[in-house]
Amino acid sequence: MATGLYSQHLHNRKVLYIRNTVITIVLVALAAATLFPIVYMMMSGFGPNVATAGNMRTIFPSRFTLESFEAFFNFSEYSLRWIWNTFVVSAGTVIGNVIFASMAGYAFAKIKFKGSNALFALILVAMMIPYQVTQVPLYILMVQKFSMTNTYAAMILPSLCTAYNIFLCKQFFSGLPTPLIESAKIEGCNQLQVFTLIILPLAKTVLAVMAINTFMSSWNNFFWPFLVTNDPAMYTIQVGLKQFKFANETLFAPMMAGATISALPMFIMFFSLQKYFMEGVTIGAVKG
Amino acid sequence: MNGTKQPRLATQRKFRFTNDDLWGYIFIAAAMIIFCVFTLYPVFNAIYTSFFNYKPFGSEFIGLKNYVDTLKYSKFNLFYKAAWNTLVYTAVVVPSTLLISFSVAVMILPFSKKTQSVFKAMYYLPGVASGVALSVVWLWLYDSSPDGLFNQLLSVFGIPAQNWLSSTKTSMLSLMIMALLSSHGTQIITYIAALLGIDNSYFEAAELDGATFMQKVRFIVWPLVKPTTLFLLVTGVIGSFQVFMNAYMMTGGGPDNSTTMIGLLIYNNAFEYGKYGLACAQAILLAIVIAIMSMFQFKMMGVDVEY
Repeated sequence: MATGLYSQHLHNRKVLYIRNTVITIVLVALAAATLFPIVYMMMSGFGPNVATAGNMRTIFPSRFTLESFEAFFNFSEYSLRWIWNTFVVSAGTVIGNVIFASMAGYAFAKIKFKGSNALFALILVAMMIPYQVTQVPLYILMVQKFSMTNTYAAMILPSLCTAYNIFLCKQFFSGLPTPLIESAKIEGCNQLQVFTLIILPLAKTVLAVMAINTFMSSWNNFFWPFLVTNDPAMYTIQVGLKQFKFANETLFAPMMAGATISALPMFIMFFSLQKYFMEGVTIGAVKG
Repeated sequence: MNGTKQPRLATQRKFRFTNDDLWGYIFIAAAMIIFCVFTLYPVFNAIYTSFFNYKPFGSEFIGLKNYVDTLKYSKFNLFYKAAWNTLVYTAVVVPSTLLISFSVAVMILPFSKKTQSVFKAMYYLPGVASGVALSVVWLWLYDSSPDGLFNQLLSVFGIPAQNWLSSTKTSMLSLMIMALLSSHGTQIITYIAALLGIDNSYFEAAELDGATFMQKVRFIVWPLVKPTTLFLLVTGVIGSFQVFMNAYMMTGGGPDNSTTMIGLLIYNNAFEYGKYGLACAQAILLAIVIAIMSMFQFKMMGVDVEY
């Protein structure tokens, strides 16, 4: 604990009090600036269906109503399906990553097989390649060679098992004691049994973190679903929101309602699973 | 082991069932297939495509022409304009974000665990909203009419209404302000984790020498979180070089290409103009630049980062 950094005025209560108050004011002011766009978005979304921001002089709407949401959902007959589509794509991506990335991560961490170091190094290098490099070939592959436009598979497959998640799992499994695995093997477990009966129960936290992070990035992903869908019935909510924005440049409140719909599930998830989100930020980062 | 006949192969497999090699390959099989098809193949295909004038049926080999076209200097070569814009954007946004995040993390530190997590949540929240949603909101904040929220704010100080996103003077600035206010959550949390890892004995020793608060920050905290700073700097620069969403959603690169960045340029070349070969060549150049920058940053900071 780095509390020693603030040990200066501990015996002078008055100075201590003033210092903490000043810090709090600065922090709250910065937080308010950070949160303002989001609060503004939700407030306006729940406000009356007005066309321009000019009618929104205050942050609180003149009355709370759902008519802006109605206007957003009336824009396309598929708008409710967009949410469902996003959910299917995100859930599929999560399931794939939890199964395949954890298996690969375990193998790279604890099974000694020929070529494991070289293959893992390859995956590490791949993590550094910007997505712009792969986007065009991937697009040609999925859309022109596999003709998979407007399918869930096209949206899920490319991120079914990401290099980052393999890396994350490998890091975690490397920290588990090897004697644990050895003794299980002596007891007669094969690697699959070791993995499912011993390793996975120990990895609940890291798998939860991975699942949540993957779900969030998949839910918020705009670019790839945008490239591989052109049928409104198959849009994800992000793609739908973008199309709504380009079609209705001037509809202020419904646009805010749409943005709220796309972001609210993530806010709810964040507040109910905050611990895992925070862990997810630091888990792959450096040790201080 | 040379299994030449089918039945012998089967028994051999059974025999090798306990072999770690086999288990290893079974465990990584699915992951490696996905990796090869959706990452490795596209990378090599991108390199291959970059030497072609792509056409759906029968591309034409043109050697290095895509690279030459990209790098040939002329006033109208958008690549240099986009590279410059990306550079300016990165040079402002990344260091400022780091500085803000570091300061906020230091300020959050003296509070109790509970207060800390409240602040962490507040700063992190914009990070869970999608780029599309944030762009849509900021688009309205930057509304160019006097009723736009930023313009209302300016009018309080007696400054006339601005054309935020549709003037070459302010378009880039607008994107920078937006980035500064919505993308520091992860950095703050990473910094707090690093700060909490600093051993108290450092501060106790410094106190015996009569160090002030600023001295402690300057001579103890900053050097000790250097690996974290480096990590955030590298990831920040890499992310910033690929920035696409804000420019695409809010300005479309305009006005007069003042906010066209490399990510948007590559997107436009590929999916607006269908110049796949050119887009691949530019993406590969971007990858090379990112690789060089990362190595350079590691060298400059002169630390080995522990992952």
